[in-house]
Amino acid sequence: MELLVFVLATAMVIAGAIGVIAYRNPVHAALGLVLTLFGVAVHFVAMEAHFLAAVQVIVYAGAIVVLFLFVIMLLGVDRAEDLDVEPFKVQRPLAVIIGVAVSGLVIAAVVRGRSTLGSLQEVTAEGDDNIRSLARNLYSDHVLAFELTSVLLIVAVVGTVVLTRRSRRSEVAE
Amino acid sequence: MTPTTTWYLVLAAVLFGIGAVGLMVRRNPLVMFMCIELMLNAVNLSFVAFARAFSDINGQTAVFFVMVVAAAEVVVGLGIIVSILRRRPGANVDDLAELRG
Repeated sequence: MELLVFVLATAMVIAGAIGVIAYRNPVHAALGLVLTLFGVAVHFVAMEAHFLAAVQVIVYAGAIVVLFLFVIMLLGVDRAEDLDVEPFKVQRPLAVIIGVAVSGLVIAAVVRGRSTLGSLQEVTAEGDDNIRSLARNLYSDHVLAFELTSVLLIVAVVGTVVLTRRSRRSEVAE
Repeated sequence: MTPTTTWYLVLAAVLFGIGAVGLMVRRNPLVMFMCIELMLNAVNLSFVAFARAFSDINGQTAVFFVMVVAAAEVVVGLGIIVSILRRRPGANVDDLAELRG
C-alpha cells in the first residue's frame, strides 16, 4: 500500500515537473506545477507531516499558483513560447548535462550514505500528534524566526505594492 | 517493501535536477520562477524525509520557514516581472540587460 502511494505520487511529481519545463504555454506549465505540488503534498502525508501537507496545498497550490495564473492573465503573456528558437546552440545540451550531473552526484552521495540513514521512523514521540509537536517547536525554539517572518511578509507586501503601482507623475510623463 | 528515506532523497535529487534544467533552458521569466518553485519543493521533500529519518521535528519547522520565504519571494519576483513586462511586453530574460554597464 505504501509502495503504491509512493509510486503514484512520484509519477505525479515527475510528470508535473517535466510538464513545467516542456509545455510551451505558461498556463499549461502552471498546471503542471499544480500536479507536482499535489504530488509533494501526498509524499508529505505519507511521511506523516500532515500540517505541512495542508500548508502545501493551501499556500502553494492555492495561493502561489493562482498568483502565477493571475500574472499570466494580467500581462497577456499566455502566448506559446517558440521552444525551437535557440540563440545559443550549446546551451540546451549543456543545461541537460549539468542537470543530470547535479542529480547524479546527489543520488550517488545518497546511495553511498544510505547505511547511516536507516529506515523511516515516527517523527512525533510519545504519541504526540504532528501539529502539536510542530507548534511546540515553532513557538518555543524558533519563536524569534517566526516573528521575523511576519516582518518579512509585511516588507514583501509593501514592496510589491510600491513596485507595481503606477504613480500619477510617471503616467503624465508617459 | 516499503519506501525508505533513500527513495525520497533520490526523488528529491531528480526533482531538483529537472528544476535546474528548466531554469537554464527556458526564457520566459514566469516559467523560470516555476522552476525555482520545483527546486524549493525538492529541498522541502528532502527536509521532511530527513526529519522523519532522524525523528527530529526541526526539519519540518525548516520546511515551514522555506514555504514562507518562498511565498514572499514569489510575490516580490512577480511584482518585478509585472513592472518590467508592462513597460516592454513580450520580453524574455535575454532582453532584460538594462542594468548592464
